[in-house]
Amino acid sequence: MTFAQKVLSKASGKEAYPGDVVSAKIDLAMSHENAALVLRSFKEIGAKEVWDPEKIVLLFDHRVPANTTKAAEGHQSVRNFVRAEGLPYFYDMREGICHQVLPEKGHVLPGMLIVGTDSHTTTYGALGAFSTGIGATEMAAVWATGELWMKVPQTFRFNLGGKLEDPVTAKDVILHLIGKMGADGCDYRCTEFVGPVVDAMSVSGRMTMCNMSMEMGAKAGVTFPDERTRDYLKGRTSRTWEPVLSDKDADVEKVFDMDLTGLSPQVAYPHSVDNVRPVEEMAGIPVDQAVIGSCTNGRAEDLLAAERILHGSRIPDSVRLIVVPASREVYLWAADSGILASLVRSGAIVTNPGCGPCLGAHQGLLAPGERCIATTNRNFRGRMGSPESEVYLASPATVAASALKGQIADPREVRA
Amino acid sequence: MKGKVWKYGDHVNTDVIIPGRYLDDYDLKNMAKHAMEDLDPRFAKDVAYGDIIVAGRNFGCGSSREQAPLALKHAGVGAVVAMSFARIFYRNAINVGLPVIEFDATGMFEKGDMALINMEKGIIVNETSGRTGRFEPLPAFLLEILKEGGLVPHAAKRLR
Repeated sequence: MTFAQKVLSKASGKEAYPGDVVSAKIDLAMSHENAALVLRSFKEIGAKEVWDPEKIVLLFDHRVPANTTKAAEGHQSVRNFVRAEGLPYFYDMREGICHQVLPEKGHVLPGMLIVGTDSHTTTYGALGAFSTGIGATEMAAVWATGELWMKVPQTFRFNLGGKLEDPVTAKDVILHLIGKMGADGCDYRCTEFVGPVVDAMSVSGRMTMCNMSMEMGAKAGVTFPDERTRDYLKGRTSRTWEPVLSDKDADVEKVFDMDLTGLSPQVAYPHSVDNVRPVEEMAGIPVDQAVIGSCTNGRAEDLLAAERILHGSRIPDSVRLIVVPASREVYLWAADSGILASLVRSGAIVTNPGCGPCLGAHQGLLAPGERCIATTNRNFRGRMGSPESEVYLASPATVAASALKGQIADPREVRA
Repeated sequence: MKGKVWKYGDHVNTDVIIPGRYLDDYDLKNMAKHAMEDLDPRFAKDVAYGDIIVAGRNFGCGSSREQAPLALKHAGVGAVVAMSFARIFYRNAINVGLPVIEFDATGMFEKGDMALINMEKGIIVNETSGRTGRFEPLPAFLLEILKEGGLVPHAAKRLR
């Protein structure tokens, strides 16, 4: 059996095969600001109370602190509900981005079935959970019943061989895969990432991979637990867990064998995530703004990668560099380690943890004609502000190098 | 159902269906005013009740925002007919009561043609050109959810 089959079999209490529609018991349900929308449906259904308060995690990250009165009203309605229901896991706007905070706080364990009202819920696959994004109305049904109907997906396995050459990282790998597969190339599939490149990758890098697996249509992305996973979870949870792995002879729809030795830093050109090219083909395009952050690349090692490029240098006045730590934990680490001060000295504007400008709500929107290179996950038209602006996606090293040069730049050439 | 056709290409994403900057407002009428704004500024102004969107591959890709099908529904859209849909958009559309049909109708319609759709029988007709297409109807339980206006009224009815 595949990983997806095993998790969904356990959750539905019967052997599940690709294509089967099962009613699955949910282990963890996450919502952010759109809990306000979930709440509305929950009340309209006429549900009285949530199925299990221990299995719901709520927080705010998309518009923090509230950027409009309406956003504040949304926050307020969720706070009132949390109080009335006595939900124990509510982080308000204190902790950062949902997809960073849930793993950090030990909510995510291998083998879990997790749903979230956010498309990048696939991130938790980095710890070996089956995790997927759903809509607000179906989340209301989950709150009420603890179950959701799901189709058991087929599996695509990416066997990633070779060795990445510094400063090429997980972001470059996943952009490369998205470019190869296309924005709908893995529709409805569970994508498994295995092989030497993944074995050598940090949990942080695996989160980047699983996070963006949905940009090629994946229902879930997964990397399998190992010693790195064990180390990450140590001190974050006291609960015991068993890894859930695909069997050797599992029925995998397709295996993609790739050798990534020699892979260049990758950049996704506007206005689609699969419009990917090696950085050398795009070097020289001027940029007005550079953003380092988001659930894709706002973690400690991402800020560190950027600092290594910028260290001791100053970005030109023509560029706005916005750094958004993914969580309070990352923020504190960056402050205590001196990375934050170094980034600020290089000219960065550091904001509070949250989604920042990624989804175009606030904290760095673009004017018509402006160009931004970002470590975020989408470059759709108008994503970060004006529909006449452009967003390019790349790794923290490439974004930092581009900020320094005022144009899209190859981090291999910029590094001291 | 019957309506005028709006035609779009592949990968129509949730950010152009309803841009992130408008997501703080949960008033559906306000939201509908911005439907498709970044792709087609004329859409929200000129769309009429019952109009039909015909599109290519991967319609609704991107965010899980349920506001995307809600914005289309409240702008008046009667159905979306696309070659394929992104997974979460498809579920959300059914859950909020916006009919979605997986069918490649891009070759049989031009913008402004009149479309006639029979969801139960799986028939789509271009009344302007006379061309007819057939699609696999949705399973009965999904048609029922759509008929009742979405998952909320459907679930509420079952609870009563």
